[in-house]
Amino acid sequence: MALRILSLLLLIAIWQVASMIADSRLLPAPLAVVAVIVKEAQSGALFFNLGTTLARVVVSFGLAMFFGTLFGILMGRNETFDRLGDSWLVVLLNLPALVIIVLAYIWMGLTDAAAILAVALNKLPNATVTIREGARALDSGLEEMATVFAMPWRTRVRHVLLPQLAPYIAAATRSGLSIVWKIVLVVELLGRSNGVGFEIGTAFQLFDVALLLAYALPFVGIMLVIEAFIVQPFEQHVSRWRPKAA
Amino acid sequence: MSPAGAQKQLDIKIVRKAFRTASGEVREVLRDFSLSLDAGKIHALVGPSGYGKTTLLRIIIGLDHDFDGTVDLPPETRIGMVFQEPRLLPWRSVLDNLRLAAPQASEADLLRIAADLGIAEHLRHFPGELSLGLARRAALARAFAINPNLLVLDEPFVSLDTALAMRLGDELAGLVERTKVTTLLVTHDIDEAIRLADHIMLLSGRPAKIVGDFDIAFPRSEMTADYAAKTKAEIGSILAGAMA
Repeated sequence: MALRILSLLLLIAIWQVASMIADSRLLPAPLAVVAVIVKEAQSGALFFNLGTTLARVVVSFGLAMFFGTLFGILMGRNETFDRLGDSWLVVLLNLPALVIIVLAYIWMGLTDAAAILAVALNKLPNATVTIREGARALDSGLEEMATVFAMPWRTRVRHVLLPQLAPYIAAATRSGLSIVWKIVLVVELLGRSNGVGFEIGTAFQLFDVALLLAYALPFVGIMLVIEAFIVQPFEQHVSRWRPKAA
Repeated sequence: MSPAGAQKQLDIKIVRKAFRTASGEVREVLRDFSLSLDAGKIHALVGPSGYGKTTLLRIIIGLDHDFDGTVDLPPETRIGMVFQEPRLLPWRSVLDNLRLAAPQASEADLLRIAADLGIAEHLRHFPGELSLGLARRAALARAFAINPNLLVLDEPFVSLDTALAMRLGDELAGLVERTKVTTLLVTHDIDEAIRLADHIMLLSGRPAKIVGDFDIAFPRSEMTADYAAKTKAEIGSILAGAMA
């Protein structure tokens, strides 16, 4: 932990020195960025834009994970679904994110629905592929046990199926969150009038690097906090039953 | 011995059960096979490995529907199944495994059953923290937790050391006598069958059929060493005759 903090401090020190050498508004010093963050926070714009972007991340990520899990289970368990869905997956996996985003905006207009759909569609194939692997590896012995003991489907989903998929869901969550928030910024840059991506677009037009960093860094911070305080504890909770190395 | 009008818990008639092997040929496992169980007794189904015991079991417990014939269970049959592998949910505690299988059982019932099977101190543990013997006990507890009227056990003591297998077998027999649950015990171990059962059925041949079907005159605590030895010799000669 100490080493991590040290390396972070080193990064900031390098940034400080570089900004002093460059002496340009294109590379503002760390404290100058902090000043902009404070200013944006006081006006409320920072929280509004961070909140807006975060909401888009949560909704599109949630949609992608829900349907990715559903399709992944269906395709992993049923050969017909797998054959039907596989070529769609290949197409979606290889369609550049930008193409999906632009098409969504053209067909649905510059709306939040289009933005969220575009992001979710970008994440969906990865989630589906990961969960499908998990669904293929399900333990048939436990399924038979659940059948013989006539467990209702809710019990089977919650206590037999999902715990087996948990490592795959966690893997999809990890990779998914980092993909989703980056795509959300692009979507906002291209077609929304608020959010971190929109602010970064504005900063780009003004060549205002301090403003750009003032939005980018807090958002990175938020995603790290989510990773450390939600995703990792969740992973630890679902794997608590695994025997630990002494 | 079974008196006229004895209540049947299970009646199965299998006209034909066949598998298609990887090479494409059809192999009959069971043909013109019938079996019935008397209520409240322990029936041992004994036979060498690979002669359709597991197939038959899967048909009885409703996991295999791909056969010609009928399985008659009284309505509302609750099957308490003990698989060869314990098949506990590794991510749930032992107690939760019991609760999930038997949501209608009261907490007091579950604790009593756990105590009967000697796993009371392990209810909070995860299955991965148990020895195989304890996991088997937990699987037995789960089967009893649903208050079964048909208990089906597939080699429940295999790969336990002999002393442990015998002790667990005796505890199981005690529980069955007390709860009067109709029991089908599938085993390849002739001694185990003689020691625990009221009734023994010998399975052999391809397709498999019942080659011997008899009551144990002095079951369990009434068993004498002489009678056990005599029965074992009898079973040995029947099986040898069937294999010839």
